Amino acid sequence: MASFPFSHGMVLAAALFAIGLAGVMARRNLIFVLMSIEIMLNAAGLAFIVAASRWQQPDGQVMFLFILAVAAAEVAVGLALALRIYQSLRTLDLDAINTMRG
Amino acid sequence: MLNNFCFWFAALVALGASVLAVSRRNAVHGLLWLVLSLLAVAVLFFMLGAPFAAALEVIVYAGAIMVLFLFAVMMLHLGPAAQRQEAQWLAPGVWIAPGLLALGLAADLIAIARLAGDAPAGAGIIPPEAVGAALFGPYVIGVELASVLLLAGVVAAYHLGQRRDRSLGEGAGSG
Repeated sequence: MASFPFSHGMVLAAALFAIGLAGVMARRNLIFVLMSIEIMLNAAGLAFIVAASRWQQPDGQVMFLFILAVAAAEVAVGLALALRIYQSLRTLDLDAINTMRG
Repeated sequence: MLNNFCFWFAALVALGASVLAVSRRNAVHGLLWLVLSLLAVAVLFFMLGAPFAAALEVIVYAGAIMVLFLFAVMMLHLGPAAQRQEAQWLAPGVWIAPGLLALGLAADLIAIARLAGDAPAGAGIIPPEAVGAALFGPYVIGVELASVLLLAGVVAAYHLGQRRDRSLGEGAGSG
């Protein structure tokens, strides 16, 4: 057990979220964009856990479990889409997917 | 003092590994840095008195989800050509605008977070029993919705993952 100020944990979560956001905006490779989204979701989970610990309530951990489920579903669909896109376009370039039709 | 050292060490590992994860050219290297970042966050969860969340972070995030990524990267088998392409995409100038925008957002969020005050986090352990009781008490509708979401994810991944060699009905419902 260790305790540290609540604001430090929230600052860390904000910094991790910003790193993931920069990755989403800067990368063109679909795999790395999905990884950056994972970092952002993880930062949101960290904020929930820090808040749960600050107020000593289990609700934050419940929200973390929901974030985990959302991340798992998102990754499953996102990676399946990445494989399909690579099969049909032979590239993972996000800018190349604007040729997609309904 | 030891507590503070643990926090700062885990926080710096998480930040550094995340920066490296989003900036590598090789997808496998990026994934390995991302695993390190997730493990560092799991250490923080342990320190915050959330052992159940820490175990799930290791098992589900650093275990299952990262293995899924690794399988996808292996199936795509991106070779040296992909890395040359990445080097071309990742010219240093590419990072300027996103970096500035993310820095602005981070400064904003950090300014707000610092208002939160210095109440201690991690003062006590929240036992998994309490989490389970809350999960299947007031949040039981959320559990049902999460199960529906995961089922939808499974069905979508199955549908998208099918080979369509004999694609007479591209997009037909039966797949």
